[in-house]
Amino acid sequence: MTSLPKNTERKLGLVIDLDVCVGCHACSVNCKEWNTSGYHGPLTDTNPYGEEPSGVWFNRVHSYEIEHTNGHAQTIYFPKSCLHCEDAPCVTVCPTGASYKRSEDGIVLVDEDLCIGCKLCSWACPYGAREYDSHEGVMKKCTLCIDKIYNKNLPEESRQPACVSTCPANARHFGDLGDPESELSKKVRERGGFDLMPEQKTQPINKYLPPRTRQMKPELIQKTELEDASPEGGFLGWIDKILED
Amino acid sequence: MHPAYSVIFFTTASGVGYGMLILIGILNALGYLSNDVTYGIIIFLLSLGLITCGLLASTFHLGHPERAWRALKEWRSSWLSREGVMALLTYIPACLLAINWIIFGQTNGVNAATGLISSFCSILTVYCTAMIYASLRAIPAWNTPIVPTNFLLLSLTTGCFYLNAVDVFFGQSSLELLVINLIFISSAAFVKIKYWNLIDNGKDHTTIGTATGLGALGKISVLENPHSSKNYLQREMGFKIARKHSRKLRKITIFFLFILPILLIAISIGVQRIAYILLITTAISGSVGIIIERWLFFAEAKHVVANYYNS
Repeated sequence: MTSLPKNTERKLGLVIDLDVCVGCHACSVNCKEWNTSGYHGPLTDTNPYGEEPSGVWFNRVHSYEIEHTNGHAQTIYFPKSCLHCEDAPCVTVCPTGASYKRSEDGIVLVDEDLCIGCKLCSWACPYGAREYDSHEGVMKKCTLCIDKIYNKNLPEESRQPACVSTCPANARHFGDLGDPESELSKKVRERGGFDLMPEQKTQPINKYLPPRTRQMKPELIQKTELEDASPEGGFLGWIDKILED
Repeated sequence: MHPAYSVIFFTTASGVGYGMLILIGILNALGYLSNDVTYGIIIFLLSLGLITCGLLASTFHLGHPERAWRALKEWRSSWLSREGVMALLTYIPACLLAINWIIFGQTNGVNAATGLISSFCSILTVYCTAMIYASLRAIPAWNTPIVPTNFLLLSLTTGCFYLNAVDVFFGQSSLELLVINLIFISSAAFVKIKYWNLIDNGKDHTTIGTATGLGALGKISVLENPHSSKNYLQREMGFKIARKHSRKLRKITIFFLFILPILLIAISIGVQRIAYILLITTAISGSVGIIIERWLFFAEAKHVVANYYNS
């Protein structure tokens, strides 16, 4: 059924802190590593060792530059994966029912056995979250690691999406965004978390936290005269004087 | 968007076929068509043949063509599914009319009503095809009600080209249908040019600023793409050749799809001796034009995901 559930019991998703992300791509790599043998595996690569390697990735780290109005530039690393939208256009366009949104936790999934590979869902997604596997002829996407977050064989602390577990900078957080009292929801409120492309009316569950305002004190950047190396004179004072000339 | 040849062939060929069916049903009910058996065989072979080839071609771009039947399931939410359902439903009245026409020589009464149902179903099918594209908010150039109007008018225009070409061979060319064709061409041209104006001057609501959510902080630019080589998204959504040559291709479309057919049909009305050559040429010219038009329709449309990438 590709009609969307009216309400989901939980809204599992990610919060990505753009202030903290260092752009190491570990999330992408660990995502690929876990998922290639997971629910949607394999994440096929074509020509992996050739000139133009290509393959299915559920998570990609973009890099942007902000040119602030005061002339300062800032680099932002920007990981992007499926946002598990509440009004997911990729689900409703699916003609077969292969794409669906789970009513229990809001995760958007593809049933590969039903997918005919028409690619329409990837056209409908404004974020580019879905990637077609040309080798298998079906569409694949982020599963929020359903085979990890509910996996009773793993220790409790490991039951998080692969991208979250691996992030060395703690820039990625996982939890229930449907619960306004969850730590995650509080974090989003405190930091002014935002949606990507709100005008697309997809109501993404994943939120992004903006970079904090930098303290850009001009006096820290301007060149200042070096202080006297040895105000009390002596041997060091003598060297300082020699080198000065 | 990447213009897949199978989808271009599907939308144009089935467009011609459904355009013919729409006209056949209505003109038959109005008593405009001869109930000659050979004529019936030709028009139904052509219209249903083009539709069937188109539908088969549309399954070629699927990753799993053998599962195509599954696409009929989700008609409640999916325009692609609705299109599949309508395409199959249309066969029922269209084939009933064809059988009664060809085998029993019956085209009046109940058959006229069947023809009208076939016309109605054909209109709905073309509408559903167009809505597959028009319903996608992520592709702003398509997300407009002009798209279904454009598809319907072009389907009628090209279907009429083919019907006129067949008519002239059976010596039953009618001035009315030629004039109707001229009206279709003019309205289709008007809508197409309006569409091009719209996509050229339309304001993009989605920008790199909204895509990253950082627009309020300053000017955002792509520093680096996530991967060193192109990925599926860039290949599928970031097609550039057409945008580079779009002006030239638009002129070629206008010439083959609108201007040349108008001239040829106008001359054929005056000089009936060579009308069959002129109307055949019209159908060929229109076919070339509609293929370029459809290629442009895909290739010119930009997906909002392009905002995330360095173009």
